[in-house]
Amino acid sequence: MPIQVGIDLVSADTVEAALKTAHGERYLERVYTDRELEDCTTAHGVDPERLAARFAAKEATLKVLPAGDTGLSLRSIEVLRDPTGRVSIGLTGRAAELATSEGFVEFALSLSHEAGMAAAVVVARAPDEPAPT
Amino acid sequence: MNQLIRTVLAGHARLPVDVTTLDDTADLYEAGMTSHASVNVMLGLEDAFDTEFPDAMLKRSVFASVSAIAEALKSLGVEAP
Repeated sequence: MPIQVGIDLVSADTVEAALKTAHGERYLERVYTDRELEDCTTAHGVDPERLAARFAAKEATLKVLPAGDTGLSLRSIEVLRDPTGRVSIGLTGRAAELATSEGFVEFALSLSHEAGMAAAVVVARAPDEPAPT
Repeated sequence: MNQLIRTVLAGHARLPVDVTTLDDTADLYEAGMTSHASVNVMLGLEDAFDTEFPDAMLKRSVFASVSAIAEALKSLGVEAP
């Protein structure tokens, strides 16, 4: 199928709670890349809503791949943000392998966060099947 | 071991039900554990059992039930405390 869509919704409260646990630092290290953490850091510190949006993006991507019961690090799915603010998905490691095996050549991402909730939609495109001869 | 696993679940799984009401094979995701909560369960288990889950074990089935978690920990060489 040439187009696949994934969506996920995450509460910023759950992210904030994770940051306050004894494993808060490891939570950041195991889930988010350095670039993601930089994009989520404001003058007031790490923004739980932005982190929640990125977690939602990772989960939405997993639904698209689809990861099934494959073990992979969430850091292998990265939300990239360009200077204009446009976001995209970058894949490495096992996530990249899954995308290649499914024939996906392009991923599009949209994020939204407001009032403590964050959502992400991921669209993956594979080339159309060649017309039968 | 299972008791300590349940303690971690009580602290991090954010289940809408009391973890003591679930048997060892009950599906934790069906009981209400989200993907985000499962990440925190994983980290809590690493702290409680002084171990680390490799990337290959960061998958849904490993954290699906108390029994599944126990088997995963045993495969990492963790012994019952």
